[in-house]
Amino acid sequence: MLIRLENDHFHTVDDRFTAVGDDEALPDSDAVILSLARFEAEGTALLAAGRDVGVRVGPADRVEALVDVLPQLALVALDFPKYRDGRAYSTAVLLRDRYGFGGEVRAVGDVLVDQAWNMVRCGFDAFETTVGPNAWAAAARRYRHVYQASADNRAPAFAERATKARDPAARVG
Amino acid sequence: MFHYDAIDAAMVADRNAEFRDQVQRRLSGELSEEQFKPLRLMNGLYLQLHSYMLRVAIPYGALSSAKMRALAHVARRWDKGYGHFTTRQNIQFHWIKLSDTPDVLDYLTTAELHAIQTSGNCIRNTTSDPFAGAAAEEVDDPRVWSEVIRQWSTFHPEFTYLPRKFKIAVTASPQDRTAARAHDIGLVLRRNREGRLGFEVIVGGGMGRTPYIGATIREHLPAEHLLSYLTAILRVYNRFGRRDNLYKARIKILVASLGAAEFARQADAEWEAMDRPKVDLPDLELARIRASFGLVPFRTLPPRSERFEAARSDPAFARFARNNIVAHKVSGYGIVQVSLKGIGEVPGDCSADQMDALADLAEQYGHGEIRVTHEQNLVLPHVPLDDAPALHAGLVAVGLATPNINLVSDMIACPGLDYCALANARAIPIAQAIGQTFADPARAEAIGELKIKISGCINACGHHHVGHIGILGVDKKGEEFYQLTLGGSGAEDAAIGHVLGPALGADKVADAIDTLVEAYMAIRQPGERFLDTYRRTGVGPFKAAVYPDAHQA
Ligand code: HEM
Ligand code: SF4
Repeated sequence: MLIRLENDHFHTVDDRFTAVGDDEALPDSDAVILSLARFEAEGTALLAAGRDVGVRVGPADRVEALVDVLPQLALVALDFPKYRDGRAYSTAVLLRDRYGFGGEVRAVGDVLVDQAWNMVRCGFDAFETTVGPNAWAAAARRYRHVYQASADNRAPAFAERATKARDPAARVG
Repeated sequence: MFHYDAIDAAMVADRNAEFRDQVQRRLSGELSEEQFKPLRLMNGLYLQLHSYMLRVAIPYGALSSAKMRALAHVARRWDKGYGHFTTRQNIQFHWIKLSDTPDVLDYLTTAELHAIQTSGNCIRNTTSDPFAGAAAEEVDDPRVWSEVIRQWSTFHPEFTYLPRKFKIAVTASPQDRTAARAHDIGLVLRRNREGRLGFEVIVGGGMGRTPYIGATIREHLPAEHLLSYLTAILRVYNRFGRRDNLYKARIKILVASLGAAEFARQADAEWEAMDRPKVDLPDLELARIRASFGLVPFRTLPPRSERFEAARSDPAFARFARNNIVAHKVSGYGIVQVSLKGIGEVPGDCSADQMDALADLAEQYGHGEIRVTHEQNLVLPHVPLDDAPALHAGLVAVGLATPNINLVSDMIACPGLDYCALANARAIPIAQAIGQTFADPARAEAIGELKIKISGCINACGHHHVGHIGILGVDKKGEEFYQLTLGGSGAEDAAIGHVLGPALGADKVADAIDTLVEAYMAIRQPGERFLDTYRRTGVGPFKAAVYPDAHQA
């Protein structure tokens, strides 16, 4: 199942992308997801042909390799081979905050509902998971406040407190 | 004392609800143990030899009387009537039932306590100087900065699934009571020549099978950039730290393999590229945190207390005063250290009744504050010297007046084979035997400062690598043996100790320590601690004393 986060709303969507293995033939379908290695070999031609291309980035891959083509990519899929492998969180933050990527950042692999809030905060907006959208949304919204700034640009506790301090009405309570 | 505001309280409540749900899913079988493990660890729940162990966070080691009473209640209600204070200023309850943990955690919130990030591969509870706010030589209150780090590191979305656990210590005194150089990150706060606060940033220290003293990668990081710089270090580590081998996953291995200069270059590059104003703490929030610690209502007292001086005619009090009370920054006050190393006791253990008694004593004589130390002792940081004799009497009544701070019997010991599934050998009985050997307090005092640290296996939870004398439990064909190391230090003069010689049987260890101490007493020069003598003479005289036969070869 693919869950998308759009306008603060989690819902299931049909996946129009086909994930293509490194030694599979390219399907005719318009939208494909390739590994970084395959993308580096074949990506330029596909983009030139006007196809929608996504790249699957493994935890050991350097996302810096994609910086120049990011504006042309429809999505970047970040792989969790094991859910304990947290490298993709940093990759997602870099994609959003450093490189300004506005396309889809999709979590694939061992994606557990208990990580929903980590992923959303780091800038993921699509999730391949077996959990339904309601359970996913509940887990993602588990925390009413956050302590630190991240790619989701939620106001951290210190900003909430500053707002309160400026608003005398709020300070009374 | 720092207090939660509504946001802090909501954070902990939301976490407890999440964990209650996870425990439920584990008990129903929806989560496998493998899936549950990282989740329970991030809530301080370990599976030990005999049962679950719950590690409760004591942020920067600071307790109030109310918090101490809550810990006593947990010990009584859900454990066997005691708790164990650890080298990272936390407390462990060794006999907790999985199904009880959500209730224990909910109860703890009534005293603003939690078990968040006390284990697991995340940023652990940040530790600090137990003398914070009391030490004359500190340049600022390190609790303020520790609280800044506590908030930033709590539920950090990017750094919750690190390659391995991550420990940060903060001190603001030249005398390091936090073992900063043995941490993943050690932060030493100083003022530069212009008077500006900044951190010496030390990275890549750690114990385990490959011990390292951390390397300084910044001499003076402007204090206001602390969070962005920590983010840079953690991001480099999260991306490039090894994940293929549990024993090579700590940041110390990354720093050692890149070299400290190259690691610093990568961290700096990350920091330069970062949107720093987004991450750094605004001055307003820093001021709020500073203010939230409040001011201790110190009284104006003469530097000399007649009552204190008169009480010195009691030799027991005089000894306690010499060893356990140190100068306070405020005239007429003292910092009183409470040893959890009673002769024959388990280092770090404290009964529920003792916790309650300490809570009362702290309220009566110490502004209601109690600290936990890295060396597994407790501190009443603000005691009027006038009240020290009465406090001492109260401590005597509950068996907490052992006058041995920094002396040979003030040992660090890990739980070892008595509790721990990874142990090669027991640590607690060794500590007890050494305690008995040096039970005579006059002799212990004559020996002077001597830090013995004991680990039951090479994971080094007992910090043996940085003991003046380190003791490591090893397994030799199914038997418990112990390897001694000399010359380590976890303080500002940090060093890793050197192996003295072949491992010894359990019954030989206390005698060998006795021999080492006698050798030191025979050759020490005036004013030298054991460590100083060792550093001057090298291992020779000590080796000859413990292994006399080796010379004939
Ligand atoms: C009984 C259950 C325990 C288990 C299974 C356990 C396990 C471990 C392991 C595997 C390591 C090595 C980590 C590494 O090098 O990456 C370690 C290190 C450590 N543990 Fe424990 N431990 C236990 C109890 C304790 C206790 C009671 C304390 C505090 C007194 C403690 C404090 C530490 C410290 C300070 C380190 C060294 C950190 C470093 O490597 O820098 N542990 N522990
Ligand atoms: S040092 Fe070894 S025996 Fe001691 S607590 Fe750590 S893992 Fe267990």
